[in-house]
Amino acid sequence: MDYSNLRRQAASMKKSLFDQGYLDEQFCQVEDLQDEASPNFAEEVITLFFKDSARLISNIEQALEKYPKDFNKWDAYMQQLKGSCSSIGASRMKSECMSFREFCGQGNVEGCMKSFQKVKREHGVLRQKLEAYFQLLRQAGPAGAATRPGM
Amino acid sequence: MASIVGGAVVAAAAGGGGVGVGATPHVLAVDDSSVDRAIIAAILRSSRFRVTAVDSGKRALELLGKEPDVSMIITDYWMPEMTGYELLQKVKESSNLKQIPVVIMSSENVQTRISRCLEEGAEDFLVKPVRASDVSRVFSRVLR
Repeated sequence: MDYSNLRRQAASMKKSLFDQGYLDEQFCQVEDLQDEASPNFAEEVITLFFKDSARLISNIEQALEKYPKDFNKWDAYMQQLKGSCSSIGASRMKSECMSFREFCGQGNVEGCMKSFQKVKREHGVLRQKLEAYFQLLRQAGPAGAATRPGM
Repeated sequence: MASIVGGAVVAAAAGGGGVGVGATPHVLAVDDSSVDRAIIAAILRSSRFRVTAVDSGKRALELLGKEPDVSMIITDYWMPEMTGYELLQKVKESSNLKQIPVVIMSSENVQTRISRCLEEGAEDFLVKPVRASDVSRVFSRVLR
Protein backbone atom coordinates (compact mmCIF):
# COMPACT_ATOMS: atom_id res chain seq x y z
CA MET A 1 0.00 0.00 0.00
CA ASP A 2 1.41 3.39 -0.99
CA TYR A 3 0.88 5.27 2.27
CA SER A 4 2.57 8.46 1.10
CA ASN A 5 0.18 8.60 -1.85
CA LEU A 6 -2.78 8.13 0.48
CA ARG A 7 -1.48 10.92 2.67
CA ARG A 8 -1.20 13.16 -0.38
CA GLN A 9 -4.75 12.30 -1.32
CA ALA A 10 -5.95 13.12 2.19
CA ALA A 11 -4.12 16.45 2.14
CA SER A 12 -5.58 17.23 -1.27
CA MET A 13 -9.06 16.33 -0.07
CA LYS A 14 -8.68 18.60 2.95
CA LYS A 15 -7.45 21.45 0.76
CA SER A 16 -10.46 21.01 -1.45
CA LEU A 17 -12.79 21.18 1.56
CA PHE A 18 -11.19 24.47 2.52
CA ASP A 19 -11.16 25.86 -1.02
CA GLN A 20 -14.84 25.08 -1.46
CA GLY A 21 -15.68 26.71 1.87
CA TYR A 22 -16.89 23.63 3.68
CA LEU A 23 -14.26 24.08 6.39
CA ASP A 24 -12.39 26.98 7.93
CA GLU A 25 -9.30 27.44 10.10
CA GLN A 26 -11.09 26.23 13.23
CA PHE A 27 -10.95 22.69 11.78
CA CYS A 28 -7.16 22.94 11.81
CA GLN A 29 -7.31 24.07 15.45
CA VAL A 30 -9.21 20.85 16.24
CA GLU A 31 -6.72 18.69 14.33
CA ASP A 32 -3.83 20.44 16.09
CA LEU A 33 -5.17 19.12 19.40
CA GLN A 34 -4.28 15.57 18.34
CA ASP A 35 -1.30 14.11 20.09
CA GLU A 36 0.13 10.73 20.99
CA ALA A 37 -2.38 10.33 23.82
CA SER A 38 -5.30 11.19 21.51
CA PRO A 39 -4.22 10.36 17.96
CA ASN A 40 -7.81 10.25 16.65
CA PHE A 41 -9.07 13.29 18.50
CA ALA A 42 -10.29 15.15 15.42
CA GLU A 43 -12.32 12.20 14.16
CA GLU A 44 -13.76 11.66 17.64
CA VAL A 45 -14.86 15.30 17.85
CA ILE A 46 -16.36 15.21 14.36
CA THR A 47 -18.24 12.04 15.31
CA LEU A 48 -19.56 13.85 18.40
CA PHE A 49 -20.52 16.79 16.19
CA PHE A 50 -22.59 14.69 13.79
CA LYS A 51 -24.32 12.90 16.65
CA ASP A 52 -25.11 16.22 18.31
CA SER A 53 -26.08 18.02 15.12
CA ALA A 54 -28.43 15.23 14.03
CA ARG A 55 -30.24 15.59 17.35
CA LEU A 56 -30.44 19.37 17.04
CA ILE A 57 -31.72 19.16 13.46
CA SER A 58 -34.39 16.74 14.61
CA ASN A 59 -35.33 19.15 17.44
CA ILE A 60 -35.62 22.01 14.97
CA GLU A 61 -37.70 19.92 12.58
CA GLN A 62 -40.12 19.08 15.37
CA ALA A 63 -40.21 22.66 16.59
CA LEU A 64 -41.02 23.95 13.08
CA GLU A 65 -44.00 21.63 13.02
CA LYS A 66 -45.21 21.75 16.62
CA TYR A 67 -44.57 25.42 17.40
CA PRO A 68 -45.63 27.44 14.38
CA LYS A 69 -44.10 30.90 14.21
CA ASP A 70 -42.30 30.42 17.53
CA PHE A 71 -39.26 32.20 16.17
CA ASN A 72 -37.63 32.47 19.61
CA LYS A 73 -37.72 28.71 20.07
CA TRP A 74 -36.57 28.05 16.52
CA ASP A 75 -33.73 30.55 16.95
CA ALA A 76 -32.64 29.08 20.28
CA TYR A 77 -32.22 25.62 18.75
CA MET A 78 -30.43 26.97 15.71
CA GLN A 79 -28.10 28.99 17.94
CA GLN A 80 -26.92 25.72 19.48
CA LEU A 81 -26.37 24.15 16.08
CA LYS A 82 -24.53 27.20 14.82
CA GLY A 83 -22.29 27.09 17.88
CA SER A 84 -21.31 23.48 17.21
CA CYS A 85 -20.63 24.26 13.55
CA SER A 86 -18.41 27.13 14.59
CA SER A 87 -16.48 24.95 17.05
CA ILE A 88 -15.41 22.44 14.41
CA GLY A 89 -14.95 24.87 11.53
CA ALA A 90 -18.03 23.79 9.53
CA SER A 91 -18.12 27.06 7.66
CA ARG A 92 -20.83 26.58 5.03
CA MET A 93 -23.15 24.94 7.49
CA LYS A 94 -22.56 27.79 9.94
CA SER A 95 -23.49 30.32 7.25
CA GLU A 96 -26.78 28.55 6.59
CA CYS A 97 -27.50 28.48 10.33
CA MET A 98 -26.90 32.22 10.43
CA SER A 99 -29.29 32.74 7.50
CA PHE A 100 -31.96 30.81 9.32
CA ARG A 101 -31.47 32.98 12.40
CA GLU A 102 -31.76 36.11 10.30
CA PHE A 103 -35.07 34.88 8.91
CA CYS A 104 -36.20 34.20 12.48
CA GLY A 105 -35.32 37.77 13.35
CA GLN A 106 -37.42 38.97 10.42
CA GLY A 107 -40.34 36.72 11.34
CA ASN A 108 -40.13 35.16 7.88
CA VAL A 109 -41.59 31.64 8.03
CA GLU A 110 -40.97 30.81 4.39
CA GLY A 111 -37.39 32.02 4.65
CA CYS A 112 -36.86 29.86 7.72
CA MET A 113 -38.27 26.79 6.03
CA LYS A 114 -36.13 27.18 2.91
CA SER A 115 -33.07 27.99 4.95
CA PHE A 116 -33.59 24.95 7.14
CA GLN A 117 -33.63 22.74 4.06
CA LYS A 118 -30.26 24.22 3.12
CA VAL A 119 -28.92 23.55 6.61
CA LYS A 120 -29.95 19.90 6.28
CA ARG A 121 -28.43 19.65 2.82
CA GLU A 122 -25.11 21.13 3.95
CA HIS A 123 -25.13 18.81 6.96
CA GLY A 124 -25.54 15.76 4.71
CA VAL A 125 -22.86 16.86 2.28
CA LEU A 126 -20.40 17.70 5.04
CA ARG A 127 -20.96 14.35 6.70
CA GLN A 128 -20.22 12.49 3.45
CA LYS A 129 -17.11 14.51 2.74
CA LEU A 130 -15.67 14.23 6.25
CA GLU A 131 -16.42 10.51 6.41
CA ALA A 132 -14.46 10.08 3.19
CA TYR A 133 -11.63 12.25 4.52
CA PHE A 134 -11.25 10.35 7.78
CA GLN A 135 -11.53 7.00 6.02
CA LEU A 136 -8.62 8.05 3.83
CA LEU A 137 -6.68 9.19 6.89
CA ARG A 138 -7.23 5.84 8.57
CA GLN A 139 -5.94 4.07 5.48
CA ALA A 140 -2.96 6.42 5.32
CA GLY A 141 -1.88 5.47 8.83
CA PRO A 142 -0.74 7.45 11.88
CA ALA A 143 1.03 10.22 10.01
CA GLY A 144 -2.07 10.84 7.89
CA ALA A 145 -3.32 14.01 9.62
CA ALA A 146 -0.43 16.04 8.29
CA THR A 147 -0.32 19.75 7.73
CA ARG A 148 -2.55 22.70 7.05
CA PRO A 149 -3.75 22.95 3.45
CA GLY A 150 -2.06 25.55 1.30
CA MET A 151 -4.47 28.50 1.64
CA MET B 1 -5.54 10.66 27.97
CA ALA B 2 -9.19 11.59 28.56
CA SER B 3 -12.02 9.35 29.66
CA ILE B 4 -15.70 10.06 29.64
CA VAL B 5 -17.67 8.99 32.72
CA GLY B 6 -21.33 9.92 32.77
CA GLY B 7 -21.45 13.63 32.06
CA ALA B 8 -17.85 14.20 33.02
CA VAL B 9 -14.67 14.06 30.98
CA VAL B 10 -11.65 13.55 33.15
CA ALA B 11 -8.29 14.15 31.61
CA ALA B 12 -4.89 13.92 33.21
CA ALA B 13 -2.07 16.12 32.08
CA ALA B 14 0.66 14.35 30.19
CA GLY B 15 3.23 15.47 32.69
CA GLY B 16 3.65 17.68 35.69
CA GLY B 17 4.22 21.39 35.58
CA GLY B 18 1.30 23.32 34.16
CA VAL B 19 1.23 27.04 33.95
CA GLY B 20 1.54 27.63 37.68
CA VAL B 21 4.44 26.64 39.84
CA GLY B 22 4.25 23.37 41.79
CA ALA B 23 1.34 20.92 41.52
CA THR B 24 -0.54 20.56 38.23
CA PRO B 25 -3.53 22.92 38.39
CA HIS B 26 -6.93 21.27 38.30
CA VAL B 27 -9.37 23.03 35.99
CA LEU B 28 -13.11 22.46 35.98
CA ALA B 29 -14.64 22.99 32.52
CA VAL B 30 -18.41 23.41 32.26
CA ASP B 31 -20.28 23.21 28.94
CA ASP B 32 -23.54 21.55 27.90
CA SER B 33 -22.22 20.98 24.36
CA SER B 34 -20.40 17.64 24.07
CA VAL B 35 -18.36 19.01 21.17
CA ASP B 36 -17.21 22.09 23.05
CA ARG B 37 -16.56 20.06 26.18
CA ALA B 38 -14.25 17.73 24.27
CA ILE B 39 -12.42 20.63 22.66
CA ILE B 40 -11.90 22.69 25.80
CA ALA B 41 -10.77 19.57 27.71
CA ALA B 42 -8.22 18.84 24.97
CA ILE B 43 -6.98 22.45 24.95
CA LEU B 44 -6.52 22.37 28.72
CA ARG B 45 -4.85 18.97 28.59
CA SER B 46 -2.40 20.21 25.93
CA SER B 47 -1.53 23.05 28.32
CA ARG B 48 -0.74 20.36 30.91
CA PHE B 49 -3.68 20.97 33.23
CA ARG B 50 -5.61 18.28 35.02
CA VAL B 51 -9.15 18.63 33.69
CA THR B 52 -12.61 17.63 34.77
CA ALA B 53 -15.31 18.56 32.27
CA VAL B 54 -18.99 18.47 33.21
CA ASP B 55 -22.15 19.25 31.32
CA SER B 56 -24.02 21.58 33.71
CA GLY B 57 -23.72 24.15 36.44
CA LYS B 58 -25.46 21.75 38.81
CA ARG B 59 -22.80 19.06 38.23
CA ALA B 60 -20.11 21.71 38.58
CA LEU B 61 -21.37 22.72 42.02
CA GLU B 62 -21.63 19.06 43.07
CA LEU B 63 -18.02 18.51 42.09
CA LEU B 64 -16.86 21.72 43.76
CA GLY B 65 -18.48 20.49 46.95
CA LYS B 66 -16.37 17.30 46.83
CA GLU B 67 -13.06 18.39 45.30
CA PRO B 68 -11.02 20.87 47.30
CA ASP B 69 -8.32 21.41 44.74
CA VAL B 70 -10.01 23.11 41.78
CA SER B 71 -7.70 25.93 40.70
CA MET B 72 -9.90 27.47 38.03
CA ILE B 73 -13.32 27.20 36.45
CA ILE B 74 -14.02 27.81 32.78
CA THR B 75 -17.69 27.78 31.90
CA ASP B 76 -19.96 28.34 28.94
CA TYR B 77 -22.42 31.19 29.36
CA TRP B 78 -25.57 29.75 27.80
CA MET B 79 -26.56 26.48 29.43
CA PRO B 80 -30.04 25.17 30.24
CA GLU B 81 -31.24 25.28 33.87
CA MET B 82 -28.23 27.21 35.17
CA THR B 83 -26.32 29.67 33.01
CA GLY B 84 -22.60 30.23 33.37
CA TYR B 85 -23.42 33.64 34.85
CA GLU B 86 -25.59 32.02 37.52
CA LEU B 87 -22.80 29.54 38.25
CA LEU B 88 -20.37 32.45 38.56
CA GLN B 89 -22.73 34.15 41.02
CA LYS B 90 -23.02 31.02 43.16
CA VAL B 91 -19.25 30.55 43.21
CA LYS B 92 -18.63 34.16 44.21
CA GLU B 93 -21.34 34.02 46.90
CA SER B 94 -19.73 30.97 48.53
CA SER B 95 -17.11 31.56 51.22
CA ASN B 96 -15.47 28.23 50.23
CA LEU B 97 -15.41 28.83 46.50
CA LYS B 98 -15.21 32.57 45.92
CA GLN B 99 -11.42 32.59 45.60
CA ILE B 100 -11.54 30.26 42.58
CA PRO B 101 -11.03 32.25 39.35
CA VAL B 102 -13.85 31.87 36.83
CA VAL B 103 -13.58 32.41 33.08
CA ILE B 104 -16.73 32.66 30.96
CA MET B 105 -17.01 31.47 27.34
CA SER B 106 -19.73 32.48 24.91
CA SER B 107 -20.40 32.18 21.20
CA GLU B 108 -21.90 35.67 21.25
CA ASN B 109 -19.84 38.81 21.68
CA VAL B 110 -22.37 40.92 23.62
CA GLN B 111 -20.79 43.83 25.44
CA THR B 112 -23.46 44.08 28.15
CA ARG B 113 -23.07 40.36 28.85
CA ILE B 114 -19.29 40.68 29.06
CA SER B 115 -19.53 43.67 31.40
CA ARG B 116 -22.04 41.94 33.63
CA CYS B 117 -19.80 38.88 34.00
CA LEU B 118 -16.70 40.92 34.73
CA GLU B 119 -18.58 43.01 37.28
CA GLU B 120 -19.75 39.81 38.96
CA GLY B 121 -16.11 38.76 39.35
CA ALA B 122 -15.23 36.76 36.23
CA GLU B 123 -11.54 36.88 35.41
CA ASP B 124 -12.08 37.02 31.68
CA PHE B 125 -14.59 36.44 28.94
CA LEU B 126 -13.63 34.37 25.89
CA VAL B 127 -15.61 34.40 22.66
CA LYS B 128 -16.05 30.97 21.09
CA PRO B 129 -14.62 29.18 19.29
CA VAL B 130 -11.99 29.21 22.02
CA ARG B 131 -8.42 28.64 20.87
CA ALA B 132 -5.44 27.20 22.66
CA SER B 133 -3.77 30.63 22.49
CA ASP B 134 -6.75 32.24 24.29
CA VAL B 135 -6.54 29.71 27.11
CA SER B 136 -2.79 30.03 27.39
CA ARG B 137 -2.98 33.83 27.58
CA VAL B 138 -5.73 33.94 30.21
CA PHE B 139 -4.59 31.05 32.35
CA SER B 140 -0.97 32.23 32.42
CA ARG B 141 -2.13 35.57 33.79
CA VAL B 142 -4.65 34.23 36.28
CA LEU B 143 -2.69 31.28 37.63
CA ARG B 144 0.64 33.09 37.90
